[in-house]
Amino acid sequence: MSKRVVAAMSGGVDSSVAAARLVDQGYDVVGIHLALAKVKGHAGGKGCCTLDDARDARRVADRLGIPFYIWDVSEEFQREVIENFIAEYAEGRTPNPCVRCNEKIKFQAVLERSLALGFDAVATGHYAQIVETESGPTLHRAIDDKKDQSYVLSVLNQEQLSHTILPLGNSTKPEIRKEAEERGLITASKPDSHDICFIPDGDTAGFLHNKLGQDPGKIVDAETGEEIGKHNGVFEFTVGQRKGLKLGKPRDDRSPRYVVGTDIKSKTVLVGIPTMLRVDVVTATNLIWCGPIPASQFECSAQVRAHSADLKAKAFHKDGNLTVEFLEPLQGLAPGQTIALYDNTRVIGSGTVVTTTRS
Amino acid sequence: MTYLDHAATTPMLVESIAAMNAELAQVGNPSSLHASGRRARKVVEESRELIAAALGARPIEIIFTGGGTEANNLAVKGLFWSAQAKDKKKNRILVSAVEHHAVLDPVLWLGEHEGAIVEILPVDTQGRVLPETLRKAFEKNPHDVALVTVMWANNEVGTVQPIEELVKIAHEFKTHFHSDAVQAVGCLEVHFQNSGLDAMTVSGHKVGGPQGIGALVVKRDIELTPLLHGGGQERDVRSGTLAAPSIAGFAAAVSTAVVQRTSRANRMTSLRNDLIKRVQEQVPDVVFNGDPENRLPGNAHFSFKGCEGDALLMLLDAQGIECSTGSACSAGIPQPSHVLLAMGRDEVTARASLRFSFGSTSTPDDVDAVMQVLPAIVERAKRAGKPAVKK
Repeated sequence: MSKRVVAAMSGGVDSSVAAARLVDQGYDVVGIHLALAKVKGHAGGKGCCTLDDARDARRVADRLGIPFYIWDVSEEFQREVIENFIAEYAEGRTPNPCVRCNEKIKFQAVLERSLALGFDAVATGHYAQIVETESGPTLHRAIDDKKDQSYVLSVLNQEQLSHTILPLGNSTKPEIRKEAEERGLITASKPDSHDICFIPDGDTAGFLHNKLGQDPGKIVDAETGEEIGKHNGVFEFTVGQRKGLKLGKPRDDRSPRYVVGTDIKSKTVLVGIPTMLRVDVVTATNLIWCGPIPASQFECSAQVRAHSADLKAKAFHKDGNLTVEFLEPLQGLAPGQTIALYDNTRVIGSGTVVTTTRS
Repeated sequence: MTYLDHAATTPMLVESIAAMNAELAQVGNPSSLHASGRRARKVVEESRELIAAALGARPIEIIFTGGGTEANNLAVKGLFWSAQAKDKKKNRILVSAVEHHAVLDPVLWLGEHEGAIVEILPVDTQGRVLPETLRKAFEKNPHDVALVTVMWANNEVGTVQPIEELVKIAHEFKTHFHSDAVQAVGCLEVHFQNSGLDAMTVSGHKVGGPQGIGALVVKRDIELTPLLHGGGQERDVRSGTLAAPSIAGFAAAVSTAVVQRTSRANRMTSLRNDLIKRVQEQVPDVVFNGDPENRLPGNAHFSFKGCEGDALLMLLDAQGIECSTGSACSAGIPQPSHVLLAMGRDEVTARASLRFSFGSTSTPDDVDAVMQVLPAIVERAKRAGKPAVKK
């Protein structure tokens, strides 16, 4: 009997082609659209929706001749992703909700449910590769550097990877679009999504204000200690941020200032010059190994954002705590971000940033 | 394929297909004055007479609509607005808690947009509106009720309402009574005049006719405010070109279903009872929902403790068995049924529900097919439970 696979279908081009490839490969595929947010209903208050994305996913499933269902994971998404996102910002950290969603929703809640219902694996349209080795499956970057999404999957352990299929890792985005067109999938020319899905207008600060209210404080020049502005909530600011400071007093040389630190207790945002953003050592917790557990000390490269550079580093880990020394310059890193460690194209594992220091 | 979702829609009867086919190749707008128009008009009027005869109504009382939902909207809004036109004080709508959304939503809409006071009539644990409940609702203020609407039989749990008793109470208070009878026609004895109803909704595809056609049966002396304005084809209450082929198919289905009602209902009842007995034997903790006696002959409704209805549905679907978790939702996102919640079930039990509904094509093999896979599927769905998230 062929393997039974849940294809998570967002209604975008990538997951559409991923599902199509699985069907071609002979898997027994069921398309599942995850309802992440409850859309307010009409007069009856059913909370029902006919989202465009769900409809697109359904039409692709029709085209592929596979069964299609919608799974309501809105409660889990609300609790594990949205509320966590707000709580992390309230604590002065900068979370990555996509990483969190992969960790708690797609490859945990959905995967567990799929396995319990008799499926063998969950497949998504992420750009990354899973390579089988003698010591189990390992996660690698996609061949398309520009699209590579191994960073947001760096929270998957080997048990999860052994039930995951990523059909797109060996292709480039243009190839996928072309393939979608050739297959006649209606999602072929849909634009990529960039924003946080639960903040469709991209106004994260506005979203947080709505949830956390106003919490005014000072903006202080980190060089002089002088108060040079006010803000409406520390959560509006992330280390490395330049926009939205609205400072009345420019630097003498008119060079831009950046957020170089925040202090949630004193409600202070520190701003300074780019050199103050340099990070040499990072500590992290919430360690997840995507492959075999490495030696307690190893050389690697590290990535701290979805599409940032891969920087040479040295890592040490003990009792679930990680220390990373950067051998190449890193600018601006906020607590709460995910740091992913690589051995060439292979993802070794990841952690959540706790502290950053300049030596 | 084991199709046990006849309450959602049921296969067209051969008589209906033949009648519709005969019309599809013909030309003629029933409102045209020439020979082709007259021919089409004749088909429509003969169909109207057939339906009226089958339902114990007068032909003039049949208003064709685009289906059950439109008929329900026309009844609810039409009766409310015409009551308001006569007496502004009549602004309360009494509606049962277990109505289909095609009734409930227009009522709630009138509450939100037209100043109606919506009073939801509670039901007992079997989903029944008790006559004293209605009486009490009237006695609060005997003069302000615009209309009462209570369905004849429930689409989800199959419970049949004590319609005649309820109608009598409404008439004591000189108030119009509408009933959504889409599930009842062809399954139960439905006689419009004997029921005392003022308005009654009927649907084509629930009785083996085509989809997209229905009717509101409404007493001649009742004024309804129209929803659709235009050519005024149906008593100036409903506009739109009369769909002669659909109407012909609808009439053939209604009259055939009503003629064959007793024998088919008996067959469906025995299949249903067999399914209920075997499910209760093999899944001991199953909860059976609805009135065990006064219920639709084809309806079996269960809650499977510890399972999610949509997981059960998916697993059954994969085995070629088609049923429902209740009323379908356009986007397919499962919501706990308002019917079960109104019957006092908690949300978890409500989400654990599955409806099997039999129809004219059902056979004992269908019950065997369900029982072959259901116990194992319930076990599997129990293990899956709710998606768990590690803390």
